[in-house]
Amino acid sequence: MSFPLLTATAVLPAVGAVATAAVPAARRTAAKWLALLVSLATLVLAIVVMVRFDPGGARYQLTESHAWISDFGVRYELGVDGIAVALLALTALLMPFIILAGWNDADPLETGSKRWRPTQGFFALILAVEAMVIISFEATDVFLFYIFFEAMLIPMYFLIGGFGDRAHAQGEEAASTQRSYAAVKFLLYNLVGGLIMLAAVIGLYTVSGNFSLAEIAQARANGTLHMATSTERWLFLGFFFAFAVKAPLWPLHTWLPNAMQESTAPVAVLITAVVDKVGTFAMLRFCLQLFPEASKWATPTILVLALISIIYGALLAVGQRDIKRLVAYASISHFGFIILGIFAMTSQGQSGATLYMVNHGISTAALMLVAGFLISRRGSRLIADYGGVQKVAPVLAGTFLIGGLATLSLPGLAPFVSEFLVLVGTFTRYPAIGIIATFGIVLAALYTLVLYQRTMTGPVKPAVAAMPDLKARELLVVTPLIVLLIFLGVYPKPVTDIVNPAVKQTMSDVHKTDPKPAVEAAK
Amino acid sequence: MSTAAVHSLWTTAAEPISKIPAPKIEYGQLSPTLIVVGAAVVGVLVEAFVPRKSRYYAQVFVSAVALCAAFAAVVALAADGYGTTKAHIAAMGAIAVDGPSLFLQGTILLAGLVGLFTFAERRLDPEAHGNRVDSFAAQAASVPGSDSEQAAVKAGFTTTEVFPLLLFAVAGMLVFPSANDLLTLFVALEVFSLPLYLLCALARRKRLMSQEAAVKYFLLGAFASAFTLFGIALLYGYAGSVSYATIAQVVDGTVTSVDPALADTMGNDALLLIGAAMVVMGLLFKVGAVPFHMWTPDVYQGAPTPVTGFMAAATKVAAFGALLRLLYVVLPGMRWDWRPVMWGVAIITMLGGAIVAITQTDIKRLLAYSSIAHAGFILAGVIATSKDGVSSVLFYLAAYSFVTIGAFAVVTLVRDAGGEATHLSKWAGLGRRSPLVAAVFAVFLLAFAGIPLTSGFAGKFAVFKAAAEGGAVPLVVIGVISSAIAAFFYIRVIVLMFFSEPRPEGPTVAVPSPLTMAAIGVGVAVTLVLGVAPQYFLNLASQAGVFVR
Repeated sequence: MSFPLLTATAVLPAVGAVATAAVPAARRTAAKWLALLVSLATLVLAIVVMVRFDPGGARYQLTESHAWISDFGVRYELGVDGIAVALLALTALLMPFIILAGWNDADPLETGSKRWRPTQGFFALILAVEAMVIISFEATDVFLFYIFFEAMLIPMYFLIGGFGDRAHAQGEEAASTQRSYAAVKFLLYNLVGGLIMLAAVIGLYTVSGNFSLAEIAQARANGTLHMATSTERWLFLGFFFAFAVKAPLWPLHTWLPNAMQESTAPVAVLITAVVDKVGTFAMLRFCLQLFPEASKWATPTILVLALISIIYGALLAVGQRDIKRLVAYASISHFGFIILGIFAMTSQGQSGATLYMVNHGISTAALMLVAGFLISRRGSRLIADYGGVQKVAPVLAGTFLIGGLATLSLPGLAPFVSEFLVLVGTFTRYPAIGIIATFGIVLAALYTLVLYQRTMTGPVKPAVAAMPDLKARELLVVTPLIVLLIFLGVYPKPVTDIVNPAVKQTMSDVHKTDPKPAVEAAK
Repeated sequence: MSTAAVHSLWTTAAEPISKIPAPKIEYGQLSPTLIVVGAAVVGVLVEAFVPRKSRYYAQVFVSAVALCAAFAAVVALAADGYGTTKAHIAAMGAIAVDGPSLFLQGTILLAGLVGLFTFAERRLDPEAHGNRVDSFAAQAASVPGSDSEQAAVKAGFTTTEVFPLLLFAVAGMLVFPSANDLLTLFVALEVFSLPLYLLCALARRKRLMSQEAAVKYFLLGAFASAFTLFGIALLYGYAGSVSYATIAQVVDGTVTSVDPALADTMGNDALLLIGAAMVVMGLLFKVGAVPFHMWTPDVYQGAPTPVTGFMAAATKVAAFGALLRLLYVVLPGMRWDWRPVMWGVAIITMLGGAIVAITQTDIKRLLAYSSIAHAGFILAGVIATSKDGVSSVLFYLAAYSFVTIGAFAVVTLVRDAGGEATHLSKWAGLGRRSPLVAAVFAVFLLAFAGIPLTSGFAGKFAVFKAAAEGGAVPLVVIGVISSAIAAFFYIRVIVLMFFSEPRPEGPTVAVPSPLTMAAIGVGVAVTLVLGVAPQYFLNLASQAGVFVR
């Protein structure tokens, strides 16, 4: 038996989480280093997966399959296609930066009980989330996926509720109340979504008798597994609801601004750049493959919702007074683009959506982490509390600008490529929707540049006059992300090469072909 | 001497009395029950003859040995094939020895053993007058707050009778799910109920509340018993027999002989419907299903917490076992009559338990309403009327009982000056003060909420799957919705423990003896094992999923 590489990518952070949690209370720094090393080792494994993955080969590669709960028809089945590899790499890549950025975020203010170890807990939870996210990218068994899709809520919930920004404007009491409100809101939204999906998972089992993605998809394709139209639609809705909450899609998005606002910047990145990607990834992998007809049936509605997400998220981002909320609403707008790309049902759209997931992860991480550094210096999240930062901390302001420009999809930076692909992919099939979605970019320029202008330019506010510039650790976080943004902006081929074959497969699942270009069609 | 000569010495007065055959009792197959009953009797004798000082040790020893031995007997019987191929009716038709019986008996015995650990805990309460004390009243007969009570406390009395009472209750519970005629069912019901009524009244702290709980439980339980008994009488009138097999035959219309004395009423459907409804009602009372749940919160809150934990776990196992056997063995022929009713009961139980739990402010009452919601989930599996339905219910019961005992064991640890601090506000910030205890309780709550990788999820998935396959899709949807509602209040407790600031005058967490630690440890281990690798136990449950008739 060959080395179970995919299992290892998930087990390593899981073991690391346990080990980190077990570090004694006094050895905080050791716990941090341990977590960082584990995340780097996981990144190495992810790179090995990427190298061993053959884009032209079988659909699912590096597969593993073991019996697990035969009574439920559940197998422990892992396998990656190009889309999963890209997201796996993104997750493994962002983790060291998240850990490094949150290096001092969870140091205890005062020593409470001897057994109270917030720092160890913080890093252990982050690694636990990594393990669960990775395994849900790899699972090709619906039940296995579901288990980790749900279970990752718990560490995430503790990360949001347990750790927040220091020096909250209204004092620790109010901050703690708001934090637990945000955490509970996050959990309830996602749990309700997950439980509705559970009903659909059970329903799928009663129809299919097993949970293997490949088997069900094959049985559906060759007609041995027939689903009544209404059954398929209900099951699709059950799955889609859970993923739309996670993604998040308007009108199920309201947990995200609260969660991102109250959590520390690294955790906010973890939510939006990593965990939420599971939602959009699952739409591609499960909704389209398992329920192709229902997906097509629901496409118009979903496209409209995605469009609303794009415009509504961007409009609300323009009006925000809180930096983190602004980034949250910008993310909602971006998730609208991703979902638009998935359900445009063109190969450019879906390639673009996958690429978008990767690029959005990197660009949001860059913007949000720099914003986090900014906020930790001033102790406030309000845009109005800043001004003229570029004069006192030019490097901070510069990196913030690059992160912001990436968010507004400036040509030359990575998100531009993906946004362009999504829009082109949408336009070829749904011109009107493509045109309206383009306004999202205009609004993105507005909210990003206004944010930069208000915080970084203008006269130096007294409170920020003594603000130190980025430290070595912070530079270490930001620089590689910016390099990646520029690299993938100029040369996205490494990612698209991996993604494109998988997208073709997905397109054939839903029996869709790209519309002929207008010129060719006219001939 | 020839034989004729011997015979000439006496004459035969009458035929030898051999017309009444001695009942044939398969002692080996009944050994689990017999061991526990025997040990309970020994416990009573210990109470009478062993000096007060060593009674506690003698009682704990006898009880633990008996429960282990009985469990070993169950395992031996199962290994011998009595759960599958050799399943049959023993003791002249009174007791069924089959898969569900043995599985549930094993579960009850283990729950009893873990419950015994919490009963025997004597390190949580501060020592009174130099004597270690447990959760039970010094002297049950003394009036609360009176001089005689104080004297009893001073003298270091402890109510070691709780151990034989526990054993009697366990014995009744062992018989209850395996009873194969209605009279045995009723006797078993009373045998396990009466000790529980008594145990409920024995709390050391808050004695008035405890006694009130016991009285409520007794009165309502007596009503329920009366209903059951009346239902049994009507069913006898309907079928001319109390035997499950005969009643089932009459229901199916395949009966061979008609009792002439009952020729007028036999086969009268009114008797069947009313009788069956009343018996089922009695069982639903014991499982705490809405609308027969009114006793649950008060009794759970008032009873000594170890008793609550044991009762919540084991009673539910026994009563669901009996309900399954009744519905699957006696009344499968009229499932088109009972299924709609049980649908209704399951729906209001799931929703009612989950919704009312939201408003609770006492941890024990909260767990009581949560147990009601869980009864609803289990009922969804019962309604499936399939082999999967049986095995999923068996699995759920096993998973649920250990989580429950563990959770109540944690409740006994969190204490302030007035004993256990059960008001939810006192649990604020517990995660800061004792992260380990709070984390363990969080694991139990997550299992109750049915989060994946805990036993609660595997169990919930099993019953919902069985229900969906049995065509009860709306029930599954309502189950999922009530799970979401229920998740809210479990999460609320977790928020309180981890994200709220600790109160300055908050409770402390007592350091328990290895006994309670073992109870909690078993709970956590079972929760995680059944959550991550449930296959072996699902196999066990599905092998055990066939009733003998």
